[in-house]
Amino acid sequence: MVLSASDKTNVKGVFSKIGGHAEEYGAETLERMFAAYPQTKTYFPHFDLSHGSAQIKAHGKKVAAALVEAVNHIDDIAGALSKLSDLHAQKLRVDPVNFKLLGHCFLVVMAIHHPSVLTPEVHASLDKFLCAVGSVLTAKYR
Amino acid sequence: MVHWTAEEKQLITSVWGKVNMEECGAEALARLLIVYPWTQRFFDNFGNLSSPTAIIGNPKVRAHGRKVLTSFGEAVKNLDNIKATFSKLSELHCEKLHVDPENFRLLGDILIIVLASHFARDFTPACQFAWQKLVSVVAHALARKYH
Repeated sequence: MVLSASDKTNVKGVFSKIGGHAEEYGAETLERMFAAYPQTKTYFPHFDLSHGSAQIKAHGKKVAAALVEAVNHIDDIAGALSKLSDLHAQKLRVDPVNFKLLGHCFLVVMAIHHPSVLTPEVHASLDKFLCAVGSVLTAKYR
Repeated sequence: MVHWTAEEKQLITSVWGKVNMEECGAEALARLLIVYPWTQRFFDNFGNLSSPTAIIGNPKVRAHGRKVLTSFGEAVKNLDNIKATFSKLSELHCEKLHVDPENFRLLGDILIIVLASHFARDFTPACQFAWQKLVSVVAHALARKYH
């Protein structure tokens, strides 16, 4: 899945509108993922996953930061997330299917907080971008 | 048989009660065709699908979106009997329409995003859970008679 020039513009546009809310949305994305897809909790047995948990907030911040990093280097997502890709392959080994679930929940959060930003075209671009991020993070799995 | 808690049923029916079939259906189908353009393969006779604007304004897309969502409503009305409710439709999608069941999953997720955009914070995580379960059960029921 290749990001076109307009996809990149759309994605950058979304993240500039999100601004300082990225961390908050990261946490909400995780919370929704854990609620909608309980099997995803199996990767976090060491976490307090209750609503408002400090650990979810902290982890949401990390996830958001990674997405922002990818957007800031959208012409070379693989390069920007190379270390994270190594981490997921060697240590975390999160099954690839879960990146789609996280991506879907991020789109839900966007729809809730910025419905007018998430036009069908932007939705398509953002979905492609999230797929690309997931692909990069699982690229070194085997 | 699927087990629904009383809370899940309530979350589903209360959201459904406020859904505008025409608008939501049209939007969900349009987004499916825009976000996953390969799904357009089933709609050669729909006329102009050449751009997001064309798709959104296409009257056949609107009409079909409404039809699909109305049918989805049958699941909401028959939560305890979804398999039987969609049995004939499942056969139809397999034998006549030749639709890969993966498309039901794609549409289900798109529907969730459309609901989220309309209901905002009212579409709570618990609400999303109930609806993810519903779209999954519907997709499963529609795929069940495939052979």
